[in-house]
Amino acid sequence: MIISIASGKGGTGKTTVATNLAASMGSNVQLLDCDVEEPNSHLFLKPKFTETKNVYTPVPEVDKDKCTLCGKCGEICQFRAIVVIGETVLPFHELCHSCGGCMEVCPENAISEVGRELGVIQKGYLNGIEFIHGRLRVGEAMSPPLIKKVRALTDPHKLTIIDAPPGTSCPVIESMRNSDFVLLVTEPTPFGLHDLKLAVGAVRLLGIPHGLVINRSDIGDSQVQAYAQKEEIPILMEIPFDRNIAEAYSKGELIITVMPEWRERFISLHQKIKKMVQ
Amino acid sequence: MKIAITSTGIELDSQVDPRFGRAAFILIVDSESYDFEVLDNKENVNALKGAGIQAACMINDKKAEVLLTGFCGPNAFKALNAAKIGVANDAGGTVRDAIKSYLEGKLPLSDKPNAEGQW
Repeated sequence: MIISIASGKGGTGKTTVATNLAASMGSNVQLLDCDVEEPNSHLFLKPKFTETKNVYTPVPEVDKDKCTLCGKCGEICQFRAIVVIGETVLPFHELCHSCGGCMEVCPENAISEVGRELGVIQKGYLNGIEFIHGRLRVGEAMSPPLIKKVRALTDPHKLTIIDAPPGTSCPVIESMRNSDFVLLVTEPTPFGLHDLKLAVGAVRLLGIPHGLVINRSDIGDSQVQAYAQKEEIPILMEIPFDRNIAEAYSKGELIITVMPEWRERFISLHQKIKKMVQ
Repeated sequence: MKIAITSTGIELDSQVDPRFGRAAFILIVDSESYDFEVLDNKENVNALKGAGIQAACMINDKKAEVLLTGFCGPNAFKALNAAKIGVANDAGGTVRDAIKSYLEGKLPLSDKPNAEGQW
């Protein structure tokens, strides 16, 4: 089963929920941190990394001797990542989405693939929890290709928990798609509600069952609760605004480490999700 | 010689649009007769990426030899260079003023981009 933890608004507690849920499940679980622009789950789970590899995405290179400047590559590219201009064919690697279209339409077979570095994928373990995250190369503008490669390491025999990036754009969709369940973490503020609505819209488009975790649930207002009731979205967990939790977070510690009674609550959260998916 | 100038409007007395790829209009002006053609750039204005590259292709298709604009990013500059189109980056005032300055040698061609790429 794949559970994605998403939010809309940033800073609502995705990583807190993802890491505590993974750690509460004990074994036969993997956590994929897909927030590749700023992964931070490892700071709380503290896995021992055993593997680091560089990953690449294919981009076109043109053999200028074979190229007749016909321009077909430029016509098919939706991203202007390759153009014929003047007497030259110019690839722009950083704009390329690696669709392979230019290579496919080139009548002279003048285009081959070279790699653009996306970043690194690191893998490690802690107490039977498999941990994997991507780290986007500084300067790389597109994160979905790296997220795809992190998700390709999903182990179908395990419970997979995905820590998604904030927002509702391509990187988030890439992190949520084909999940069995999306857990939306929100906070009871007007800003939290605003972005929650956007996230719910995205999850509904993908047709994935979903539920809410309300973090810092005893501050703010009750509009998130009202919205959830009206839209019939189940609230699966509420985390209060608690100094002990905030202190644990600030030291990079899990809630279940400093307040062991929370382990049961996260296990029960998983049970509720399991029931909703079945 | 044909000169391409980014413009906020469709007249020679319109102000120069400082953006290249996302300029409202691009005027292709004959430097002797001042006859001109207006290119509507509205498709590029909202392009996610690659606006400068596309605009460079557009003015190359119109056989412009020089581009007068405010700011030109690295990808657009590379494409213009490949097309052997000269770029004068610091154009301002009206389209007519910019052409005059260029023809009088007061607006030199640049050898590098003067704006960051847009993400």
